[in-house]
Amino acid sequence: MLVLEKNAMTEEIEQLVEKYGRSRSSLLPILQDIQRKHKHIPDFAQQEIARLLDIHPVEIYSVITFYSFLSTTPKGKYIVRLCQTIACDMQGKEAVAKAIERELGIKFGQTTKDNKFTLEYANCVGMCDQGPAMIVNENVYTKLTPEKAIQILSELK
Amino acid sequence: MGNKGDFRVPVSQVPHSVPIPEDITGIGGTVSVEINEKKISVPLGTTILEACKKVGISIPTLCHHDDLCIAGVCRICVVEVEGMRTLQASCSFPITTPIKIKTSSPMVRKARRHIIDLLLSEHYGECYTCFRNGNCELQNLAKEYGVDSYTFGHIDKPRFEVDNSSYSVVRDMSKCILCKRCVRTCIDLQEVGVLEAIGRGDKTHIGTFLEKPLADVICINCGQCINRCPTGALRANDPSDAIWEAIDEPTKHVVIQTAPSPRAAIGEEFGLPAGTSMTRELNTALRRIGFDKVFDTNFAADLTIIEEGTELILRLYNALVKKGKVALPQFTSCSPGWVKFIEHYYPEYLDNLSSAKSPQQMFGALIKTFYAQQAGIDPANIVSVALMPCSAKKFECNRPEMNSSGYKDVDYGLTTREMARMIKEAGINLPEMPKSDFDSPFGEASGAGLIFGATGGVMEAALRSVVEFVTGNKTEDIFERANIIPLRGFEGIKYMEIPIGDKVGRVPDLIKHFIPDWNWLKGATLKVAVAHGTANAKKIMEDIKSGGKFSECHFIEFMACPGGCLGGGGQPIPTTPEIRMKRAEAIYAEDESLEIRKSHENPNVIRIYKEFLREGPCSHLSHKLLHTHYVKRGRYIA
Amino acid sequence: MEKKERKGIVLFSEYKRGEAIKKALEKSREEILFELRESKLKGRGGAGFPTATKWNMVAAAKSDKKFIICNADEGEPGTFKDRALLLEYPELVFDGMVIAGYTIGASEGIVYLRGEYEYMLKSLNDYLEAMRKDNLLGKNIVGKNGFDFDITIRLGSGAYVCGEETALIESLEGNRGEARNRPPYPVNTGYMGKPTVVNNVETLAAVPHIVLKGGEWFKKYGTDKSTGSKLFSVSGDCERPGVYELPWGTTINELLEIVGAKSVKAVQVGGASGICIPKSQFNRSLAYEDAATGGSIMIFGENRNMLHVLKNFMKFFVEESCGQCTPCRIGNTKLSEGIEMIEKGEYTFAYINKLKELGQTMKVASKCGLGQSSPNAFISILENFKEEIFNGNGGRNGK
Repeated sequence: MLVLEKNAMTEEIEQLVEKYGRSRSSLLPILQDIQRKHKHIPDFAQQEIARLLDIHPVEIYSVITFYSFLSTTPKGKYIVRLCQTIACDMQGKEAVAKAIERELGIKFGQTTKDNKFTLEYANCVGMCDQGPAMIVNENVYTKLTPEKAIQILSELK
Repeated sequence: MGNKGDFRVPVSQVPHSVPIPEDITGIGGTVSVEINEKKISVPLGTTILEACKKVGISIPTLCHHDDLCIAGVCRICVVEVEGMRTLQASCSFPITTPIKIKTSSPMVRKARRHIIDLLLSEHYGECYTCFRNGNCELQNLAKEYGVDSYTFGHIDKPRFEVDNSSYSVVRDMSKCILCKRCVRTCIDLQEVGVLEAIGRGDKTHIGTFLEKPLADVICINCGQCINRCPTGALRANDPSDAIWEAIDEPTKHVVIQTAPSPRAAIGEEFGLPAGTSMTRELNTALRRIGFDKVFDTNFAADLTIIEEGTELILRLYNALVKKGKVALPQFTSCSPGWVKFIEHYYPEYLDNLSSAKSPQQMFGALIKTFYAQQAGIDPANIVSVALMPCSAKKFECNRPEMNSSGYKDVDYGLTTREMARMIKEAGINLPEMPKSDFDSPFGEASGAGLIFGATGGVMEAALRSVVEFVTGNKTEDIFERANIIPLRGFEGIKYMEIPIGDKVGRVPDLIKHFIPDWNWLKGATLKVAVAHGTANAKKIMEDIKSGGKFSECHFIEFMACPGGCLGGGGQPIPTTPEIRMKRAEAIYAEDESLEIRKSHENPNVIRIYKEFLREGPCSHLSHKLLHTHYVKRGRYIA
Repeated sequence: MEKKERKGIVLFSEYKRGEAIKKALEKSREEILFELRESKLKGRGGAGFPTATKWNMVAAAKSDKKFIICNADEGEPGTFKDRALLLEYPELVFDGMVIAGYTIGASEGIVYLRGEYEYMLKSLNDYLEAMRKDNLLGKNIVGKNGFDFDITIRLGSGAYVCGEETALIESLEGNRGEARNRPPYPVNTGYMGKPTVVNNVETLAAVPHIVLKGGEWFKKYGTDKSTGSKLFSVSGDCERPGVYELPWGTTINELLEIVGAKSVKAVQVGGASGICIPKSQFNRSLAYEDAATGGSIMIFGENRNMLHVLKNFMKFFVEESCGQCTPCRIGNTKLSEGIEMIEKGEYTFAYINKLKELGQTMKVASKCGLGQSSPNAFISILENFKEEIFNGNGGRNGK
């Protein structure tokens, strides 16, 4: 990271700490905001949060690795999470999964070269009555078919 | 500090989260409990584990450790509590109402056996090839519970690469059973914060920040995690093969210095009770193994007192008389774990750290200069080994600046555990060895050097000399038998004030060229403090940062390990408060038995200033050989 | 997301925002607790702890601060009733929290909303803002002097185990979502070490109705031990999946009829951590005393491969176990490996039986509800569908 980027990151984190409060209970909201904006939580950001909340960097790393929606490596602009749990599975998740993999040219767990899409599985997203379902960033899409899923992804800019 | 409050350890997981009433004789102060049909009464909030101990029932534990907060994660200690649907972890269950407990029902036995089976299924490696063979809590449990097969299979490939990047601590996570004792040691007990649980579910493992090698994170090498690991997942970086090689090589002159703490603890490795001193038996054993000379680290400790004490007097003189800008309080620098801690976390206070090297490194520099000259040996052919209670000493002797003799001052730091194994490997039963003395030219040292091993010992040793220098009175006349009791014991932070009074003594010849008289100290009060364990060190440092009471101290002793060196990361396993107490008793008893108990009275110290370090302490040569500098490391990990 | 017109007996009956808050604030805390006790309302998350008892313990606790937490970390596979409540009936949930705050003496309410439901966040926050404007939140609520209460929403980040109340609290405190040792319970030392009530969304949603119409009215529905109604999240092989409000005690057969499920082989009651009920037991009733459930009903038609279903469940637990305690962390892996052995035909019955025994140990020795319930599916599916799995198409003959 360049010095300028570091300074900007420090400033951003200081503002978040200001907003949520300088206590450990603010950790998840802070991490969530950084994840949303930067698509991951950079190493330096983890250490800055650690400094400002007076906890150890490894504790931040530990928390990040516990939660599926937080990551330490950069994700694409759109994170596609296809539900893999049984109800969606029974309603045709596999065909949708294959179609998305083919269309984006990546496997689950990977990010497209242009950093536009990251493809992941999610455990039950609470759309069992309207499966198969996927969440793209925070938006939810239901009753997917292979065509519908591809259509949705192709409309994302 | 303050802002994270007490929440680092989840409140519910602090031991005795139901506070035990101060007056248990009052109404509701105790509660009756029936354990396997035996009724007893215990203070409210006692855990089932403690209650069982009282009636002589032993409950197996793995994640539980006397030094650490409760985790309740291994589940091996489960018992049946009447009326509850599930089994309860006895380590974490506070008794607040009358309950009936069964500690050995079929359900309990089956559960425990299952848990052992599960842990073994993921525990890589064979016991034969493990350094903890014979001293492994998992192995013991498997034996106790009659495990004769791998019920749920046994992993045949290591899950993780061994991390031996560190000079001090080797991590083999394929042997880890996730009891998290190391995590609680590193974060809660030591507040260093290197290790935590990483990942979730079946991917959970103990790791460092971004999974970096241990050498690249803020590890202070204290090795306390090793002492509390129930299995062989953590161990010290063992140099004994290289030492054997040196011993077997006829052109090499292999010398060893032994620190007081290993001598008070090594007996434990040979089945002796904690607190059995083995100093002189060890001398014989080491010679039989093949070491050419055996020296007493305490000699260098005495030297440290003279150097560090002189440095303190100079700092005070410069501050009070010359009104110069001087960093005070002065901090001790003998604990390499503490030194690395301050380099990372409080680099702005490095000027406060005494520039005097630790006894190990002072001795190393003298062995390859003074001793080499005296004995007529080419220092290039000397292999210098240090028997230490410490894993951080391995890192310390490898610091690039530790070569003032022109060679690597100390070649190898060896822990008590490794030494014991070498002795066993040589077929020697240590307790049966005849006693013998240390080798000249350094010979025997003072009791002051000896008590360096216990928390408060460096301060006591320093005061024994300083008080006598300044007041002109014998230390024995001020403190009974020269024992400075307020500095002893295992309280986390100790504080003491010593009023100098109006009568001062004569300035000793050794430092006369620095200061003409003591008049400037008349009526002054010397303020000192002692902290052991880096969590306590952190408390003092934060207090100093905020201008609190400790910022007005003149001299502060810091030891990285709980209990001081006797509780070091290289000491025999297990470690408990009781064991550390016993080791301390052994050290203080040995000190009492010695004739010379003050560093400045050590004749060999007097001699070395006469014959070798002729310009005295804190002089040019002493600075070159006996003093060092530190590195501003900071808290960021690249 | 379509908003359905719903009609129901209790939760989905007529309700106007703020109505119950006003009525509650005219009553004493004891009176509210009395009605709640009368109603015999039990926790809707699945464990079924009496709500009045929980509230009473926190109400009676002496503390400078107390909390009411709404557990909206609905993560059990097959459960989506809270989604319906929060999207369509937020007034019930939030009013319930305000009433809880008043009754137990808390001034802060926190909704722990699962990260997967982030799309609701804006509308829920807008809703809270509207409540503030109407003085249903904030200082001196609806003119009640000294009663200050507000609600904040905190997001989860994708961890099923945070639905366990102490793991949820850990997560709120900024830690890994690892369950705590109990006792002590959250009612003594909960969020920030303070007495805390953690209630399921649906539990809180029942409160306004009970306050308005009384415990006696509530008790009219359901069975003796399971009073009131229950929201069922129905998914799988049926014509009309969705959220249904039915009285407790409804049998599985009746429910299948309502949702249009034909040629059903099995019903998974209570989600992945629940039990799998075969056709022969479809006359069982859905109630705490019989087939208990947090609301998840998954229907499997005749052509479904039950071993495949079980494999999917176990994969879920292997990933979602928090990983701290031995029985759950390694146990689920072993059960999961066992299923793969069956799939490949590389098993012995002796080993499968050992795994079933292991499942029993996990049920009693795991630290929290996750590990204590994760073997349910393993044990019930292997038991109830052994014909299919070991002799039929789903598996191969054992050695």
